[in-house]
Amino acid sequence: MHKLGWNLLGLLVLVVMVFPVYWMVATAFKPGQQILSYTPQWFPTSPTLSNFRDAVDQPFFWHAVKNSLIIVGAVVALSVVLAFLASLALARFHFYGRKAFIVLILGVQMVPLAALIIPLYILMSRLGQVDKLTGVIAMYLTFVLPFTVWTMRGFLLGIPKELEEAAMVDGATRFGAFVRVLLPLVGPGLVATSIFAFIQAWNEFIIAYVFLHTPEKQTLMVWLASFTTLRGTEWGPLMAGATLCALPVVVFFLLVQRRIAFGLTAGAVRG
Amino acid sequence: MASVAESEFPLASRRRHRFTRQRTGRALAPYALLAPAATAIGVILGYPLYLLVKMSFEKYGLFELIKHKGRWVGTANYANILHDGQFWHVLLRTILFTVVNVTLTMVLGTAIALLLLQVSRWLRVALTTGLVLVWSVPVIVAVDIWRWMVDYEFGVANWALTELHIGNFVRHDWFANPWTGFGVITALIVWGAIPFVTITVYAGLAQVPQELLEAAAIDGAGPWAAFREVTLPLLMPIFVILTSLSIIWDFQVFQQIWVMLDFRPTSDYYTMAIYAFHQSFQISEYGLGAAIAVVMVLFMFAATLVYLRQMLRTGEVR
Repeated sequence: MHKLGWNLLGLLVLVVMVFPVYWMVATAFKPGQQILSYTPQWFPTSPTLSNFRDAVDQPFFWHAVKNSLIIVGAVVALSVVLAFLASLALARFHFYGRKAFIVLILGVQMVPLAALIIPLYILMSRLGQVDKLTGVIAMYLTFVLPFTVWTMRGFLLGIPKELEEAAMVDGATRFGAFVRVLLPLVGPGLVATSIFAFIQAWNEFIIAYVFLHTPEKQTLMVWLASFTTLRGTEWGPLMAGATLCALPVVVFFLLVQRRIAFGLTAGAVRG
Repeated sequence: MASVAESEFPLASRRRHRFTRQRTGRALAPYALLAPAATAIGVILGYPLYLLVKMSFEKYGLFELIKHKGRWVGTANYANILHDGQFWHVLLRTILFTVVNVTLTMVLGTAIALLLLQVSRWLRVALTTGLVLVWSVPVIVAVDIWRWMVDYEFGVANWALTELHIGNFVRHDWFANPWTGFGVITALIVWGAIPFVTITVYAGLAQVPQELLEAAAIDGAGPWAAFREVTLPLLMPIFVILTSLSIIWDFQVFQQIWVMLDFRPTSDYYTMAIYAFHQSFQISEYGLGAAIAVVMVLFMFAATLVYLRQMLRTGEVR
């Protein structure tokens, strides 16, 4: 096949893949009668923001925004600190049980959440953490830890140990070497891992759905999943709500996409 | 790569050894650094895993939930599910679902990665950006989009299929029949999973030495033979990891089905995860649900082992 043929095929793949996302955004901007039309209106010819207004006026939208922000903020802050400490141990020290811990965090990522949710519910009800944001934060924190530790460790391994050792030879304490040399270099790693934690905590649905019963305590994803108005499913406001929920993730995702791809499969082709 | 690391290793460790002797407190430092993360993982992942296995041997209903204590019943829960026709249906359905979804994801994802090598530069950039965009869409958002696209009345899918004369899809309800319903769910999942596979495989393809492909061409190999004999063996580690990850993700499918069917899927739509969830949270038989979940974990364990072995082999775990 010639280049033109391949390009046409590639273009077709592009259109098929991107269309659903386009359709969400286009629907979000269309007035009602253009949405409820038996022949699809391909472009929002008279764009309107009324769907977005309807979406944010839905009950509990602002509660959900607040809860999502609290949960995400806490998970990001805690996971970055915990992951940084743990990865420091893994990347900079040789100690008994190190490899076992690495295998453990790789393996533990694979435990299906759908299976764990049953004993987690029992555990959390014993601890009085059902229907509490703190319980959800603790669970999200733990679920992002394996991956954030793994990613941070990769970043730390990329920084030559000789840099810290040189600083220590020059009279800096281990802590001083850490603050002046390591911390500035590891900045991008901290950003990448915190964005990963952000995306995970923002997107999670099952735990929030099972553990947060009161509508005032729901997160945005639960709000979106149970989005029905008094008039049944209204596609315009729903797509506007979906667009709003996706927007922060899409933006952050574009920033760290390479890191996430490499964390799960890194080094697989190195000869 | 590996040989360089090995040759440097004795020297570095000797130097480290001297440091260790100077500071005896350092021996405990790594454990102190690991403690917070290890505690969190132990309490919220380790203990529930143990509890799951324990509960699967217990009668654990609403009464036991209030008392915070299960009642030991031995293997009764397992005997119960193994004699339950529905369990076998659900297991087979989940396996079939996983096989179809993983195969489609891997084949289409790889095909698009190979296509990326053939297209013009501008289109490659556009396609990669588009794929990352799709990848970034949250699952619940994706479910809502697909729900809208296959809406029985105003969905764009019914309109398009009718226009293309594939059949009369006016007011066609995709979820009335579980086969077409699962078809929609498969489309949604494969669509969402392709970007990760494509971008990873493409990154691997870029590392295949060009000389090897040229040598194969000189030896008279066609494009397909070159792919099979040169590219495929080199990319095998990537394929193993991607396939085991996909199996793990697809076998435990829950939210796509749950939300797509409005939080109340009929039993025709039960997969292992939904079946376990239904037994525990909807009819309050937590012990039975735990037993189903244990079976699910055991099935996924094989895929996890393959993944771990490959990750260890590629030398990532040093």
